[in-house]
Amino acid sequence: MASIVLNNVDKIYAGGVKAVNGLNLEIKDGEFMVLVGPSGCGKSTALRMIAGLEDISGGEIVIGDRVVNHLPPKDRDIAMVFQNYALYPHMTVEENLAFGLKLRKMSKPEIAKRVNEAAKMLGLEQYLKRKPAALSGGQRQRVAMGRAIVREPQAFLMDEPLSNLDAKLRVSMRASLNQLHERLGVTTVYVTHDQVEAMTLGDRVCVLRDGILQQVDTPQNLFDKPVNLFVAGFMGSPSMNFTYAELVRDGAGAAVAFAGYKLPVPDTAFAEKAGLERYIGKRIILGIRPSDFEDAVAANGASAGWARVPVKANVTEELGSEINVLFTIDAPPVEHKDTVAAANDGDEEEAAALPLTGDKSLWTARVNARSHVRPGQNIELVVDTHNLHFFDVESGLSIGHPANVGR
Amino acid sequence: MTTIAPSVARTQPKTAAGRVRKRLSGRVASLIAVVIALLWTTPTFGLFLSSFRPEDDIKQTGWWTFFSNPQLTLENYREVLFGSSSSSGRLASFLINSVVITIPSVLFPLALATFAAYALSWTRFRGRDWVYIGIFALQVVPLQMALVPLLSFFSQGVEVFGITLMPAWNLEGSGQFIQVWFAHTCFALPLGVFLIHNFMSELPGELMEAARVDGATHGTILRKVVLPLVAPALAAFGIFQFLWVWNDLLVALIFSGGTAETAPMTVRLAQMAGTRGNEWQRLTSGAFVSMIIPLIVFLSMQRYFVRGLLAGSVKG
Repeated sequence: MASIVLNNVDKIYAGGVKAVNGLNLEIKDGEFMVLVGPSGCGKSTALRMIAGLEDISGGEIVIGDRVVNHLPPKDRDIAMVFQNYALYPHMTVEENLAFGLKLRKMSKPEIAKRVNEAAKMLGLEQYLKRKPAALSGGQRQRVAMGRAIVREPQAFLMDEPLSNLDAKLRVSMRASLNQLHERLGVTTVYVTHDQVEAMTLGDRVCVLRDGILQQVDTPQNLFDKPVNLFVAGFMGSPSMNFTYAELVRDGAGAAVAFAGYKLPVPDTAFAEKAGLERYIGKRIILGIRPSDFEDAVAANGASAGWARVPVKANVTEELGSEINVLFTIDAPPVEHKDTVAAANDGDEEEAAALPLTGDKSLWTARVNARSHVRPGQNIELVVDTHNLHFFDVESGLSIGHPANVGR
Repeated sequence: MTTIAPSVARTQPKTAAGRVRKRLSGRVASLIAVVIALLWTTPTFGLFLSSFRPEDDIKQTGWWTFFSNPQLTLENYREVLFGSSSSSGRLASFLINSVVITIPSVLFPLALATFAAYALSWTRFRGRDWVYIGIFALQVVPLQMALVPLLSFFSQGVEVFGITLMPAWNLEGSGQFIQVWFAHTCFALPLGVFLIHNFMSELPGELMEAARVDGATHGTILRKVVLPLVAPALAAFGIFQFLWVWNDLLVALIFSGGTAETAPMTVRLAQMAGTRGNEWQRLTSGAFVSMIIPLIVFLSMQRYFVRGLLAGSVKG
């Protein structure tokens, strides 16, 4: 096992497209690092550069204590799991697992031992003599995983390994991946575009956009303290609600005003977010997570001191354990380049929201299932004002985030 | 009939391709196919029958008279294979020449084209696409154009402005087999590289990447991963090349020198009718002797032959 360090790594493709731009990342020994971002953000390129399948245009990659910039993949002591499994179709499962070991001139008993161990771990014992064509998608994915495990490499690299599986299988494979990592403790770099996968699997998550690193942190910190509009909009589902607002201070204390609402800003917010003071009297972008809303009736007392927001529910999505309430607020949607990029998630033609709302913004609140809100009803929501997010209108950076101080 | 019609209409396939497939598998279509097959086979059958008839019968009556006057003899085959006159016979030794010419002339292009196709599809180097286009374009050159230059290359070497870049080969006797192998290999490579490259480049790239991460070099990838997967294409090209070389007269006649030591069976067949063409009764049995080996090769490998071509055009 080893740590992986990327120092100012660049990737420039022929034609001058910069897929990865000055990437600095340290993956600690035994850590599960997830690279996440919309398609085309350079996450797969970064992974392939670590694997040695792509040349590095600039910078330095260190695995363990070796600079591997010019080493071919086979000398980097890493194993990779591919999106399309990439099993050798003419070999049985057993031969697939043993292929990499045979090439490393390992003794036969040792190969047999490792293959059997991996097969046992992944529940593939009865399929060892089959060819990949006779396996289901989940089994093929497990063989691909096994091919990496038997090698006992310094690091696992996984390129969207679950994206070809159906939804249910994906959830169970996700759990087994987690267990596997607990058990083996091998440094893992995992690429995905699915933020749920990123949140559930990663020890730390690295958010990339257009080849530029946005934020590296634990999943919880990414969710609670996003560094900019892009990360705020990309992480979390349903995604964060944004609006232009004005930060004001009057006799009753500080508040944000938007679309006819006025939410008090607690003093702790000013204490936590250095520099927020300077925005008083200025326009900012306000962000509220859907999960920071609650139905005033259902919350019933638990929301002491939370601000009240009366709205009219346009659409309700009942998910059983909770209800997503979609409502419009009387303010134009935020069209910052970062929020647009996060919402589009690669599909450039497809805007996230239907243009039914005109120049109003469509917001989502996630409320308790005990709330019996129906579409068209008026509902009183409460907002946890301790979790308001403030962003600079120009730069889109989160105001008062430690990483942004002085930027 | 009227009661059947509706049920037919109900099972009518919707797509045009489906309708064509249905019609092609109908009873009438099968009958037509059988008739065509019979028509096609009749001349071959006649040839086969003639090869066993006595010389006088062949020269005076058609093969169908066999049914009214059945007379069979192996005399033609004896004369063709082991006869001792100057124009007839000794086909057996020419048959061996043919085998000696054909096997390397199939294996060399097969090996070289495989290596070239791998390099052109799975390694990255500057100008790769231009090299491929160049090789592809070479298929346009008719081989007849290359006969004289190639001959002078063998007999005089390569000389530019008085500087000898390559000496003459000066091959004598059985050494001339090398010239034939060389020529056949040259002429086969453009098509071979093209066919195998097309097939090989359709393999999923992640397979090669997985093998590279697993620790395979290019040599190992080619041997352990690519070759087993392109076997159908190799078989198809191998059979094509085999049939072409086996039936070839022009290249072999020019580059083998046409002597009994090196000339293949096709050269002998052309001489067999005698200097004035009066011994043409031998041609029927000669033709059959020359047909036997390709027939065996084709029938034993036709499984690959058909599948290889289809698999080359459609992925998977």
